[in-house]
Amino acid sequence: MPESTFLDVNELVLNMGPQHPSTHGVLRVILKLDGETVTGTECVIGYLHRGVEKIAENRTYIQFAPYVDRMDYVAAVSNGLGYCLAIEKLLNIEAPPRAQAVRVILTELNRITSHLLWLGTHALDIGAITPVFYCFRDREEALKIFENYCGARLTTHAFRIGGLQYEVYDGFEQEVRAFCDMFIPKVDEYEELLTNNRIWVNRLKGVGVLTGDECKEYGVTGPVLRAAGVKWDLRKAQPYSGYEQYDFDIPTAQNGDTYDRYTVRMEEMRQSVRIMRQAIEKIPAGPIMAKVGKVVKPPAGEAYVSIEAPKGELGYYVVSDNSTQPYRVRVRPPSFVNLQALDRMVRGGLIADVVAIIGTLDIVLGEVDR
Amino acid sequence: MVRLLKTIFLWDLLQGLWVTFRNQNPKYICTEQYPSERPKIAERYRGAPRLNINPDNGETLCIACNLCALACPENLIVVGSARNEETRRKELSYFTYDTSRCMFCGLCEDACPVDALELTQDFELASYTRDGAIWDRQMLEEGPKPSKYLS
Repeated sequence: MPESTFLDVNELVLNMGPQHPSTHGVLRVILKLDGETVTGTECVIGYLHRGVEKIAENRTYIQFAPYVDRMDYVAAVSNGLGYCLAIEKLLNIEAPPRAQAVRVILTELNRITSHLLWLGTHALDIGAITPVFYCFRDREEALKIFENYCGARLTTHAFRIGGLQYEVYDGFEQEVRAFCDMFIPKVDEYEELLTNNRIWVNRLKGVGVLTGDECKEYGVTGPVLRAAGVKWDLRKAQPYSGYEQYDFDIPTAQNGDTYDRYTVRMEEMRQSVRIMRQAIEKIPAGPIMAKVGKVVKPPAGEAYVSIEAPKGELGYYVVSDNSTQPYRVRVRPPSFVNLQALDRMVRGGLIADVVAIIGTLDIVLGEVDR
Repeated sequence: MVRLLKTIFLWDLLQGLWVTFRNQNPKYICTEQYPSERPKIAERYRGAPRLNINPDNGETLCIACNLCALACPENLIVVGSARNEETRRKELSYFTYDTSRCMFCGLCEDACPVDALELTQDFELASYTRDGAIWDRQMLEEGPKPSKYLS
């Protein structure tokens, strides 16, 4: 046997990103390849780091609220809800029931817009170009409701500490109802395009399998966890903002592959519509703002609140030192934690599967880097 | 058997193509022909800032209380005031608003006690220079004047 030369070493190191379009932003993945098989990966993050957690220490509690929208910018409303709930817990107050109902409606609407953006871009990564047009067309309808409600489409700043700034506009309920009626047939349409499509099924079935136990080890949450058969949803497990009043199912799947994550998310959109329908029927009358002073000055202490954002568990840990500015704000972003599992999922797969798996994790780099 | 036939005759692909075909109906066109067609802007839209003036006498509504500057997370509002010796009242002398750093969160608007500062429905804020994004009092009162390339 001759000694091995450099020609025998088959490992090839390939740099994917940060400009690669299917990395959904500025994720850089260093792939170690043997032929086309991925033997290892290393994620390089930080290209979108803005120091949001540090900015929080130099802003008042009210002033920091617009910044949280800029972390997960496709689900800004959920971010705002998590932050407001954390500060409300520090202040030991609760938003009035009317505010809570409107919050639930807008958050579920936001879950739909987030999942629609995910579906469009994920299908685009796989090679199905058609769904993205339909997804964005229908997402537009939801964004119009946001624009009419609070004046911004993406980085909404819809909620304030203690409730809502804006009363719902005339025709809000009709518009939400019209959206619900319009949207369910559209989901069926996306499913018609993709669910049985043989290219779609072959590209996704058995790709990036993550079992339930592995998900728990990595701390993965959200649809990725539910696709692995773990029935865990913070809306049911520790209800916040009045979610216990609404009747909905937690969609789960068994295999934990990319196809299951797709079906789980599709079903989640239907469940969101179901929650919105229930919430819009009984928006209670009353005030929309709890008694909060012009200057928010929580007593010294700390609070951790986690909510079920579209991508998984979104947590805010806020430490107060009895001043108008937070001592420390730590964010537990779902995308960042879910991204850890990338290495486990792509190992042994092909390069084309890496694209599919990054898409299915539904990461937003603004949230990963913060 | 049905499954085999469906596989041979590419039923799943035809099903998807039928969706695409159905959506080609011209009544589903939703493209907006901006700029010749103006988009519908929501009433509460948070766009270009405006410093309102009293329509009766042309005087500014701003009382130079500085609350907007304190509310702003980015500290981009500068309010200057001087005491009028005749009326013994604090009057606005200058007001600058740096739109290049603004994130249109609407906190200044909420803070204003007299509804003088308002975020309007104007959304065409581009300027050729960086200085053009810093709006002075005159610009804030008159609003942006975007160039019109189409008559």
